[in-house]
Amino acid sequence: MSQLDQPNTAAPKALDRSDVRVRHDEGVGGAVRAFIDRVRSGDLGMLPVAVGLVVISLVFSALNPVYLAPNNLVNLLFDCATVGIISLGIVCVLMLGEIDLSVGSMSGLASALFGSLWVTQGWPFEVAILAALLAGVVVGSIYALLYNRLGMPSFVATLAGLLALLGLQLYILGNAGSINLPYQSPLVMFGQILMMPKWLSHALGLLPGIFTIVLGMRTIQRRRAANLSAGGMGGLLFKAAVLTLVIEGAVYYLNLGRGVPWMFGLFVALVIIMDYAFTRTKWGRSMQAVGGNKEAARRAGINVRRIYASAFILCSTFAALGGVLAASRLASSSQQAGTGDVNLNAIAAAVIGGTSLFGGRGSAYSALLGIIVIQAIANGLTLLNLSSSLRYMITGAVLAIAVIVDSLARRSRASHGRA
Amino acid sequence: MSDPSSTAPRPGEPVLSLRGVSKNFGAVSALTDIELDVHAGEVVALVGDNGAGKSTLVKILAGVHQPTAGTIRFNGQEVSLSSPAAALNLGIATVFQDLALCENLDVVANIYLGREQDPWQLDEVAMEVRAWTLLNELSARIPSVREPVASLSGGQRQTVAIARSLLLEPKLIMLDEPTAALGVAQTAEVLNLIERVRARGLGVIMISHNMEDVRAVADRIVVLRLGRNNGVFTPEDSNQQLVAAITGASENAVSRRMSRKQNAAMPEGEATP
Repeated sequence: MSQLDQPNTAAPKALDRSDVRVRHDEGVGGAVRAFIDRVRSGDLGMLPVAVGLVVISLVFSALNPVYLAPNNLVNLLFDCATVGIISLGIVCVLMLGEIDLSVGSMSGLASALFGSLWVTQGWPFEVAILAALLAGVVVGSIYALLYNRLGMPSFVATLAGLLALLGLQLYILGNAGSINLPYQSPLVMFGQILMMPKWLSHALGLLPGIFTIVLGMRTIQRRRAANLSAGGMGGLLFKAAVLTLVIEGAVYYLNLGRGVPWMFGLFVALVIIMDYAFTRTKWGRSMQAVGGNKEAARRAGINVRRIYASAFILCSTFAALGGVLAASRLASSSQQAGTGDVNLNAIAAAVIGGTSLFGGRGSAYSALLGIIVIQAIANGLTLLNLSSSLRYMITGAVLAIAVIVDSLARRSRASHGRA
Repeated sequence: MSDPSSTAPRPGEPVLSLRGVSKNFGAVSALTDIELDVHAGEVVALVGDNGAGKSTLVKILAGVHQPTAGTIRFNGQEVSLSSPAAALNLGIATVFQDLALCENLDVVANIYLGREQDPWQLDEVAMEVRAWTLLNELSARIPSVREPVASLSGGQRQTVAIARSLLLEPKLIMLDEPTAALGVAQTAEVLNLIERVRARGLGVIMISHNMEDVRAVADRIVVLRLGRNNGVFTPEDSNQQLVAAITGASENAVSRRMSRKQNAAMPEGEATP
């Protein structure tokens, strides 16, 4: 361990540094070593996403140079936001080791409900959105009821829901089959053209770095004060610098085209809120605990039923929100909304991003990163003018690969004692 | 059996008092008419053979199972332990035999599970400091509290589970086989800890198969057999009496083994008259 990073070695040993059996990685070299250790033991983190994105962009830009053009990437971000929000809900249920197979139908139902209430019935669109979200809450509550009270496996309950909700969607849309939303309405503008001002996008891009430094320094101070080991400033500054460079670079590139969509901004904001909820609240801790060991969580006094209910309700509500945004993106509520690959894309995104199908492991950022990979593939395949038959096969294969990686990583974690 | 005049002076009122508690699993009566008193500042050892109903009793008191019949009084009031949360809120902490830890969470998260400080903004630093303090009190050998529990050994997990039960400042602690997975030093530490907990005026129920440990700390030894009370003993009572109560006969596997050993040790002429 280098003496340079630790000017206060004369001080009494930190509480968590008294055991000689643990190697304490310090400095940049230590961080790299710890990262390699983590990956080898099956804690892959962002690695599959990073590798996937590099491979995807190399392949598709070689096949079609338009792929990496700023405006294509802007389109890609619009598409990410709708399914990504659905995927955020999927992360909640996957965290518990459960699944919701009906998110596609739920989003379709929400879009149909929203369209008919707003356009056909003439409700104010804010109220129509609330009604659609409320439908999500109701559906989620039903799943929670079926699971908690009747012990119905979630995949069966939601598979039944997939059909039932699709039926309801078709019923609401009636014979017309689709409802066009007015192009000039703020919501459709939000879903299609509203961009952040350039200065604002750059300013927001600085925030993650600033927060990393401010919160990191506060943690270091508090840990030092409590006689716990604390990382050095070097690593913190390095992390913040990399984060800021990547984000500002991306923002600059997108601003060469149309800019950063507000809708994507909303998605990222939701991801950040959910990440806080997962990692910094008692609710998030309980979610992880229930996903890891349900009985242990129950014996620790956690209200397990309420946790399941919160996850199912959040999932369906996010699906409904995704459906409303998808309707605004397409400027229509149609029978096709939420069908096809929406379900699988939302689930695949969460898994590719690193949320385990087996429960107990997950992060809100997996929805963000995973959906970018999924949409990058979908967008690339669309640019190649491939038929939907081929696109389905390729997307299916990608999902299978993601799950295989998840299973292998899980096995490796088990043998390395990392659960 | 719970006659207060029978043994050494007992400080205070019973913290916990069970009358006629029964538990059926279908046709099987796991517990029948159990009577049990635990006073403040008293260590009650619960002993019995496998299947005697010790763990079932502990699970009832922890709120994991609900009794089929009978009353439970805690601090002089009749209570219903409808869920683990209810038991914890009353001040009954349990260290389960099948350790109830979440392997995917780290040690700090496990110790604080279900009672995190500041539910809307977890204070990781304060929780980590308190976790280290608790573990150091137990002389625990935990390499890092930020590793998932999956990487710990059985004994280390046991220590984490015990540390967790202490966090709540309970009035009654139940330990189901607390020393079964522990090494020599940790066993001594756990026994010391039980004495320290007793000195603080808490009631302790301890299940153990290890008679040495039981005698070392218990004030009273309650024997269960086939789901029923089968006598209350003190550490001064002889091992033979205890074993007889546990197995239900003075002529049992343990006594036969003992006499065989004695016979082998004795000169041949005396062993076979």
